Formats: sequence, structure tokens, C-alpha cells
Amino acid sequence: MEFLITLVNGLSLGGIYAMIALGYTMVYGIAKMLNFAHGDIIMVGGYTVLLFLSVNPIVAIIASMIFCMLVGIVVEKFAYKPLRGASPLAVLITAIGVSFLLQSISQMIFGSAPKFIVIADLGILKIGELAIGYSTIITLACSVIVMIALSVFVKFSKTGRAMVAVSEDKGAAQLMGINVNSIITITFAIGSALAALASVFFLLKAPTMTPSFGSLPGIKAFTAAVIGGIGSIPGAMLGGLLLGIIECFAQAVPAISPYTDAIEFSILIVLLLVKPSGLLGKMRREKV
Amino acid sequence: MSERLLEVTGLEVYYGVINALKGISFHVDKGEIVSLIGANGAGKTTTLHTVTGLIRPRSGSIVYKGTNLVHTPAHKIVSMGMVHVPEGRRVFQNLTVYENLMMGAYSQKDKAKIAENLEYVFKQFPRLEERRRQLAGTLSGGEQQMLAMGRALLANPDLIVLDEPSMGLSPLLVSEIFDIIKTFREAGKTVLLVEQNAKKAMSISDRVYVLETGSIVKEGIASELINDESIKKAYLGE
Repeated sequence: MEFLITLVNGLSLGGIYAMIALGYTMVYGIAKMLNFAHGDIIMVGGYTVLLFLSVNPIVAIIASMIFCMLVGIVVEKFAYKPLRGASPLAVLITAIGVSFLLQSISQMIFGSAPKFIVIADLGILKIGELAIGYSTIITLACSVIVMIALSVFVKFSKTGRAMVAVSEDKGAAQLMGINVNSIITITFAIGSALAALASVFFLLKAPTMTPSFGSLPGIKAFTAAVIGGIGSIPGAMLGGLLLGIIECFAQAVPAISPYTDAIEFSILIVLLLVKPSGLLGKMRREKV
Repeated sequence: MSERLLEVTGLEVYYGVINALKGISFHVDKGEIVSLIGANGAGKTTTLHTVTGLIRPRSGSIVYKGTNLVHTPAHKIVSMGMVHVPEGRRVFQNLTVYENLMMGAYSQKDKAKIAENLEYVFKQFPRLEERRRQLAGTLSGGEQQMLAMGRALLANPDLIVLDEPSMGLSPLLVSEIFDIIKTFREAGKTVLLVEQNAKKAMSISDRVYVLETGSIVKEGIASELINDESIKKAYLGE
């Protein structure tokens, strides 16, 4: 029974990682860049929730998603778009710069002391002697819904299929009449909205927010995206869930719990040695 | 007097400091099949990429249906009725045959027209209909070429721009592909063709331009140029 609770906790945390990892992997697949500022969008989402929380929790969540979409679009337009075609290193350094920028702006507005952001107290479900938070169950359910919705969107909508086409061959996609720039904008918007949603679930688990909050979940979700195979949407989901499960089980064993993060990143290293393209990633075949 | 569909004048393209096209001019009239032939590196593919908006020229004009395309983004040129079938097919490997064809119709809004074009493509390429649910990456080279051409037809083009459609195909398939190109004209389409297989290209073309290191060195009626001694020597291997 304890095993089951840990598993549910792991899946729930993994669902959050998966939502963030989807942002990394979609942007990588479509714009061929690592958006290291993606983790900080989570933090922006958290503070936006704080601003609107006095109105209504649901309004706050929606406002947070919309605001993060706008931030994602603006960052893409002003920081990354001018660098299209530049060396990957220039783009990477710019992304790190954007990350610092977002953190510094938040620190100027909200200070560096943690803010407590209680969206809702959902209580605890008791089954016999074991307890599980309702927030955990809701997080798991929501992340499953989001993942299914996103898969359906990518597979069946015209825009979704255009995203697949752009990620495979930008030039050929243009020749189909696809506006590659607007597909990239849409991708950033979706990724950022998912990051905002992730911030809501993090706040339900532990209601504190700091300007550097996004860093660690950002790196972990990036790890999840790489484990699953960067660029692959199912890969990001699988990687996120796996990482969440590993983290919760490592924390459940007292002897190894202090080394949880080390264990997660070690698994990444071992996996990359065995399968450099990640679990569901494809090796790129270059055709002449 | 036939209607001028595409008029390219003084087109100059640079890759960094390398002058890839040195001010070339050519035109395509409605209903024609026009070929650009030439050796590797002559600038054939560069010409096509510039015409369909993937590369920007340093100078010159590309007038299509009376509009200068020099600043028009590639994705808008598609909805104006000019569609480019790129070298090496470049079908979307992770999408099915049907999904690839529908990507071709991305710029089209008229559902009835899309259905009509799909029917036409399946009639032209029955093999694509048999394999409509198969991933494009699993098709043979010839089938991928057919898919790339079918995908272009779904954009309801007036002018089809074909880059090396015979590349890497067996002689039998090459003949099949060229027969299909001929049927494009019957369907009211105009074709601009780039080929290394000069003999085949000239056999189905109305007019031919010969490119050499970024310049057009010869032009004329295909049936006349095919008997030209210097062309025979340089490109037809006779």
C-alpha cells in the first residue's frame, strides 16, 4: 500500500515534470534551440497567480497561463527571432541571459524573500492508515488530460501537423505554405502555458515562490526531456513520469533520500551512455 | 501570343562572397514545359530556390502573374499558385502518405477542391492510394518522388517547379516520372523543370535554358537544341 502511494506521488510529480519537459522538447523540435529560460516561466507563472489570487483562484490560474503565453511570445520575438540562423551557442547564451533577466525582474518586483501563495487547501484523502493529498490526485488527473489533449492536437489538428512538419524539415514545410515563424510563436505560447500550469501544481504541493524557483524544476524537466529523447513529445511525457517516479521512490528510502538529485542525474548520464538519443528519440539520418 | 506566367530578369545570387547566379534571365509561358539543364554546381537548384522564395537574390526581379516576388515569403508564394517540389523529395518521413498529401493542401481552403485534387492525385499515382496509411519514410525512392509530386498537386498549382525529379531512380521509374510530368500539361499546369538527365528533360520540354557556372549560355526550342552539336557533346554524351 505504501508502494502504491509512492507510485501515485511519483506519477503526480512526474506529470508536472512532463508538462514542463513538453515545453523544452517542442521548442527544441521546432525552433532547434534549447530554451534555458523555460524554467523561469514557471516562476513567472507562480507570481502571476499571486497577483490575481485575491480575485479568484480559477481566474488567477487562467490569468497566469495567458500572461506566461505572452511572456513566451515576447521573449521569442525579441530575444530569439533575431538570432534565427545564428550559431547555436549564441542562442544558448541568449537564453541564459533571458533566464537571468526574468529572475532579476521578479526580484525587483517581489523581493528575494519567499512568498507564500496558497491557491487552495484541498485536504487529504485517507484510505485506512494511509493518506494522499487531493492536490496530488488532481495534479495527476490534470496532467494526464493535458498530455492526451496535446497529443490529439498535434496528431489531428492542421496546426499540430504543421508543427510536426516544421520540426522535421523547415524548408519543405515552407514549400507547403506553412508560415514557420507563426508555428514557432504558437509553440512558445503552448509551452509557456504548460509551464504556468506546472507552477500551479507546484504551488498546490508546496505554497512558496522565490525568484529562482524555476531553476531546479527547469533543469529536472530538461533532464526528463533528454531521457525521453529531446524533440519527441511522447518521449517528454515518458521521461517526465519516469523522473517523477524515480524521485519519489528515492525520497521514500531514508538511506538514499539525501542523494535524490544525484541519483536522477546519474540515471541521465548512464542512459545517455547507453542510448545517446534518449528512450524514444530517433537518430537523425542525414541524406545527401 | 501566349501568356507570360513567370519572368525572371537579371537575377544575381551570392552565397557569402561566392557569386552563384550572375544575372540570369528567363521566362516561362502559360502551358509550357521549360527545362533548366546544366552540370553540377551550375546554379540550377539555386535558381529554383530563389524563384520560390527560399533564397533572396542580391538583385534582379522575379515577376510571377504580374507580381514581383523578390520580397514575398516562401509560404505566401505557395498560395499564389507556384509550388516547388524540392530536390531529394523531402517528404515528411514521420507523417503518413495521406498526411503528407494534406500538408500539400495546407494553403488551400476550398474543401471540395481539395477532395477533387486528391482524387486526381490518386488516379495519377494509384500506389499512393494503396499506401495512404503508411509512413512516408517507409516508401521507396520512386514512391517518395510520386508523393512529393502528389503533395505539390494538392496545393492546386498553376506552375509546378520540379528539382531533379529523376535523381536516384531506376531507368524504368525515370520514364514513368517523365510520363507523369507530361500529363501535368494536359491538366492545365505549367512546368519549370531542373534536370541533370538532359536528354530526358529535353525530350518532354518545349524550351530549354542551359546554365553554366551561374550564367545562361544557351537557350532555345528543345527539339532544335537536342540536335545542337555542342549540347550533344557536353550534356547528352554523344
